[in-house]
Amino acid sequence: MSYTMTVSPDFSPDHIAGWYVFNTYLQRQLNIPIHLELYNNFDEQRKAIANNEIDLIFANPYDASMLVREKNFTAVAAPENSSDEAIIAVKEGSQIAHIEDLKEGTRIVTTDDPDVNMMGMIMLEPADLNKENTSTTIVDSYPLVAKQLIQGNADIGFFLDESFDSLSKFVKEQLSILIRSQIFVIRHVMLAGPKLEDKHQDIKNVLLNMLNDEKGPGVLNSLGISSWENQEHEDTEFMIDLMDTLVG
Amino acid sequence: MSTDVIERTEKTTTINYFDGSSKQVTILDEEIPYPDGKLIVSRTDKQGIITHCNQSFVDMSGYTEEEIIGQPHSILRHPDMPRAAFKDLWDTLKRSEKWHGYVKNLRKDGSYYWVYAIAIPNIRKGEIMGYTSVRRKPSRTQINECIELYANMMQEEQ
Repeated sequence: MSYTMTVSPDFSPDHIAGWYVFNTYLQRQLNIPIHLELYNNFDEQRKAIANNEIDLIFANPYDASMLVREKNFTAVAAPENSSDEAIIAVKEGSQIAHIEDLKEGTRIVTTDDPDVNMMGMIMLEPADLNKENTSTTIVDSYPLVAKQLIQGNADIGFFLDESFDSLSKFVKEQLSILIRSQIFVIRHVMLAGPKLEDKHQDIKNVLLNMLNDEKGPGVLNSLGISSWENQEHEDTEFMIDLMDTLVG
Repeated sequence: MSTDVIERTEKTTTINYFDGSSKQVTILDEEIPYPDGKLIVSRTDKQGIITHCNQSFVDMSGYTEEEIIGQPHSILRHPDMPRAAFKDLWDTLKRSEKWHGYVKNLRKDGSYYWVYAIAIPNIRKGEIMGYTSVRRKPSRTQINECIELYANMMQEEQ
C-alpha cells in the first residue's frame, strides 16, 4: 500500500526541495512507499483531505483541529521551539503608526492562510475592525501581499512572520511592521491518519531521532526545522481548545 | 524641568463573590495597558483552581507563576466587576458552552487591566476536565460601554 504525505501550503518556497528530501528520508527509514503531494492553496488541500487522499500531513494549526476531530488524525510531533506568528505591515511612510489609527473601510491584503488571517483579524479588534467593516483582497503568495501594499492597493497586509522575514531586503525596506503577534501557543504539527495507525509510533520515533541519525540533521536543515519534539495527545487537545477560543 | 506626578488613589474594599464568600483587597485607580499582539492564557481545574498560565498572564497579573498556580481564578476579580458576570461565566461553562465577555482584572498591586476574555470547557471523552481561558486586547469603545454597563449592574446588586 502506498501512502500520501502533504504539507500545509503556507510553507516557505525555500523549503520545497527540503520536503522532497524529507520524504525520501522518511520512506527509507520506515521502509514504506510515500508519495509527496504539494497543493497550491488551502482549498485544493482541503478537498484532498475530504476525499481521504491524505495519510500524513504537516498541518496548519487551523486545519489540525479538523483533522483530529473529524478525520481521526493523530499528532506525532511538532517542530521544536517554533510557533506560528502573524505580522500586520503597512507601506513604509504610511500615516498609520498604531493599530488604533486604522478606521472603518480599511483595505486588507492577505493570502488564504487561515491561521494568519485569524490572528490578523484578532489584532485588528482593538480598532473595532472586523470582517464587516473592512475589505479584504486574497492573493496567492506573501510576495504578492507585499506588492499590493507597495503599490498602494491596500492599507495593511497580513503575513506569516517567517514569510515576511524571508522577503528580500529591497521589498522589506518598502514596508513597515505595524504589529507582530507573540502568541507562542499556535504551531504547525505533523499528523498521521488512520491508514497509518500501525505506523504512528514508528513515524514518531524516526522524527524524534533525526538529530541522532547520520543524515537527519542535514534533512532537518533543508526543512528549516532545528528538531522535532514529541506531541502528546493532550498537547494537541490543548491546542485545539485554544483554537476553539480564537475561532468565531 | 518639570516632573510628572502620577496620582495613585488607593483604597481598600471588600469583594463579595457570587458563591457568598468575600475578601478585602487594595485597589488603585491606575490602568495598565494590554500589551499589543499578545494573548493571556490560563487553564483551571473543574473547581476554577489555576493549573497552568503563560508568561503574559504572569506579566499582567503582577504575581509570580509560583504565586498563581494553585490559586482560585477569582484572584483576579476586581471589585468593579458585577457578580452576575461571573455567575453567567460559570453557568455557561457548566453547560459545556463557550463564554466570552469583557473583564476588568485586578493586579497584585491593586491596579487593573481590561481584557476581552473567551473561556471554554476542556472536554475529554465527553467529560469536562477543566477550563481554558484566553484573553485578548479589547477596544476602547467596548471598554467604555462595559464601564457603564457594569456600574449599572453593580448598583442593582447592592
